Order: sequence, then C-alpha cells, then structure tokens
Amino acid sequence: MSDATAPTQPIEVRFRGGGFAPKARRWVGLFVFVLLIGITEIGTRQGWISSLTLPKPSDVLATFGELWESGLLFKHLLPSLSRLAVGAAIGASIGIAVGIMIGLFSYVRAGMVPLVAAIFPIPKIALLPLFVIWFGIDEASKYALIAFGTFTPTVVATYGAVDNVDRSLIRMGQSFGLSWLSIVRKIVLPGAMPGILSGLRISLAIAIILLVAAEMLGAEYGIGAYILEAGSLYDLERLFAGVVILSLLGVILSTVIGFIERRLLGWRA
Amino acid sequence: MDIRLDAISHSYGDTEVLRDISLDIPNGKIVCLVGPSGCGKSTLLRLIGGLERASKGRVLQLGNPPEGCLNPLTYVFQDFALLPWRSVQGNISLVLEDHGINGAQADAIIADVLARTKLSDFSKALPRQLSGGMKQRVAIARALAVKPAVMLMDEPLSALDSQTRELLMDDLVALWTRQSFTAAYVTHNLAEAVRLGHRIVVLSRRPGEVHEIVEIDMPLAQRSHGNAKLEQTQKHLWDMMRDEARAADEELLDV
Repeated sequence: MSDATAPTQPIEVRFRGGGFAPKARRWVGLFVFVLLIGITEIGTRQGWISSLTLPKPSDVLATFGELWESGLLFKHLLPSLSRLAVGAAIGASIGIAVGIMIGLFSYVRAGMVPLVAAIFPIPKIALLPLFVIWFGIDEASKYALIAFGTFTPTVVATYGAVDNVDRSLIRMGQSFGLSWLSIVRKIVLPGAMPGILSGLRISLAIAIILLVAAEMLGAEYGIGAYILEAGSLYDLERLFAGVVILSLLGVILSTVIGFIERRLLGWRA
Repeated sequence: MDIRLDAISHSYGDTEVLRDISLDIPNGKIVCLVGPSGCGKSTLLRLIGGLERASKGRVLQLGNPPEGCLNPLTYVFQDFALLPWRSVQGNISLVLEDHGINGAQADAIIADVLARTKLSDFSKALPRQLSGGMKQRVAIARALAVKPAVMLMDEPLSALDSQTRELLMDDLVALWTRQSFTAAYVTHNLAEAVRLGHRIVVLSRRPGEVHEIVEIDMPLAQRSHGNAKLEQTQKHLWDMMRDEARAADEELLDV
C-alpha cells in the first residue's frame, strides 16, 4: 500500500457466486428431441446419412401410423403394459417390504444384505430359461423375470432410505410414548419416502428393459416381440417404431413418479 | 409428581460419564442442570426420561401424575424434532393420535396449546416455513398437549439466536407463571439458568458429579434481564465453573 504509484481506477468486484442450482426450463428437453430428429430427417433425405444407417424419421412415423390404423399397436402394447404393471408392482412392493424389514431388524439385515448383494449383479436375462422351467412359458415367467429385476434395486434403495431417517425424530416418537407401529408408519415411512421414490425411478427403468427381454422368448404379442421380429428382418422402420414406444413408456413413467413426488414430498421444497 | 434420582452412575464402555448423582426435582419447580461441555448433563436428562438406562442407580417417580396426563415425562429437544412433512397442527396431533384422541377433542387441545404459545395463526404452516424460535414454540406446544407431569428440556434455546432466546425465555416465564409446570432444564448458558431456575444444579466435568446446588428464591416474574442480584448469582456460578470448564476444554483437546 506504500507504493506511490498513481491512484488506480476503482475496479468493480467480479461476480463469482450463483450456479449449482438447476431450475426448470420447460421447452429445452423438447427442443433437443426436435433438433436431433430434424437433423436425422434432413440427413436421410439429402443422403449424407445412408438409409442403411438410420431410417427416415418420417418413415418411422408412417410405420407408427400403420400400426395404429391396423389396431396392431394396442394388440402389442396392452399385453406389454399388463406384464410391466404386474411384474413391477410385485417386484417393487416385495422390494419395499423387504427393504423396510432390513432397515428395522438386525437379523433380517444380517441375513438379507449379503443375499441381495449376491443377487444384484446377476443379469436377470440369463435366468430366463430357469424361470421358464419354474413358471412355464406363459405370462407367469415374464412376471417373475420383471419382478425379480425390479426387486433388488428397490431393496437397496429402500433400506438405504430407512437408514437415513433422522434418528432424533425416532427418539422423539419414543419419548412421547408412540407405539412401535406408529413410529414406523408415521415417522420411518414418510422419512424414507424420498429415497424410496428415487429408487423406484431406477427400478422401473430396469423393468422396461426386462420387459423386452422377457418378450423375446415365447411371446406372440408385445413390444419386445415386435422389436425382435423387426430386428430379425432388418426392418429398421419397425424396429425404431418399437424403440420409440419404449422411450415414450420410460418418459411417461418418469413423469408419473415426478408427479407422485410433488404430491407426497411437497414438504421438502 | 416429584422425580428423585437415587445414586445414578453411568458409563459408556470404559468412559465414566456420571458418578453417584442424587437429586430431587420437586413438583412445580424448574431445576436447571448446568456444567461444562461433556459433563453428561444431556445424558442425565435422557436417563430421567427413560430414553437410556443408567448403569447404576434408579430414577423414581414420587406420587401420581396429574389427572389427564398422557405422557408424564415429556422432552423438548434442542433440535426441535418436528416432522417436516406434517403441519404445525399435524405435529401436535401426532402425539395425541396414539392416545386415541382424535377429532373435536384433539382440535380443542391443539387450539388451546397453540393459543398458549401464541401460534394460533400458524396451525397450517409446515416447519420449513417457520423461524427457529417459532419451531421451538411448536415443540413446546406439542409438549404441553400431552399435559406432562415433568418437562425435560435439553438445551431448548441453544439453537436460537440471542434475541430469539431472550423472547422465548420471557414466553417460558409467562407460561410458568400462568400455570406452573415442573421441569428439568439442561443448559450451558448461565443467564438462562438464573432466569428460569428455582434450583440450579452445577455438575463437575466428566465424570459428572453434583458440585453445588444453588437455590434462587426470587419469583420468576420478577427476574429481569440485567437484574443485579441475578448477575451476582450468575458470576458466582461462573467462578465455580470456569476452572472446570477450562479443564474440560483441554481434556477434549487431548482426546
């Protein structure tokens, strides 16, 4: 400060805060989709994307229209949806129940955590023949595969969420003489709900993946069967139409969970 | 109902935290427990309310809790312990539901305790919308709702800023003056102790033993901020505790 240089101009303090707080930007997601599809459409039309690499998006749309008009869309979609719903519901509900038990009881934890860790990395698709032997080639084996695949990630997410419930709230419940059941129902479950729901996002995406795998074996109708058939004929338009349906399914499920989160977890914000 | 501690000792493994503590908490009085950090005063409070089991000694209830008492030993926690997903009203009804109190009867109790803690306008608010002082008032309202025989207050004002603390102390005095309650009040703040305590129990550093018991006769309502006589008592307490507190501080650094 002792320098006798000429007084310098005051410098405005540089802003360096902000960021790290994602906000809702409504139309950006849609814009990205439209941009990618638009580029593909132009590319395939002008020929710098060969028709062997990617089908024309407009052709895929036309295939989709045919599917709709012939009524085949629902013939494929309905069995798939019911398999997804039944399988995922069984897997997620057993998963949540077991996860809560692991979170609450020492013996269940000691017994189940290694078991779950052993089951988790098995590619469930590899077990499909086994399920066919156990449950037959009909719907039951497909339900079982999807349920089994959703079960493990749901368990892991749920017991992690139960572990994270604020212990001081549980002490509070005990100090007011709440019954064990009340503490579980009114303190542990709502406290674990954020973790359980974010676990469900992952489990349900896995359920969609397994749905296709299950339908590749012995299913006449279903999105998976449709995609498999198109794939074996190298019919890229139909293949992509099937893939688009799966993507839409994923987006819809994610939106539904987002909606449930807003309803149940409004207290967080 | 009185509470009597009969030769309480407690250890965590090899660490002895409390040694031979005998103490009475008489009906209608506020007993403050003060002491250097780590002296086991919060542990003692958990022992009194049955959230932890003493290694040696017993905690006794003398006499019967008052009529209509739902939860004789009721805590007020330092971190408030409010369920973030329940409104103010819901947090209070939580502790009534398990006693089968619902509907109009619960509404009447909730309205009463919210009025006593000056929270009537906020019954629908969620905890995240409330300031720290208001959250602690909700916790106090929740404690009052079960008509406790003894309130066990674990540093209830320590998470609040000094202005809020001053206001809430006035609220507690007003609450006690209107309807006297029994309380064991743990604090490290000597100003709180001399404002609210009828009896101040000074614990030594670990293992905590009863160092001295100071009685203050002055009625709570007459004790004001900056009262000379209270300042004198506070200074006496601090003189007594200073060396202990310093020693305790250095001990913690050694660990």
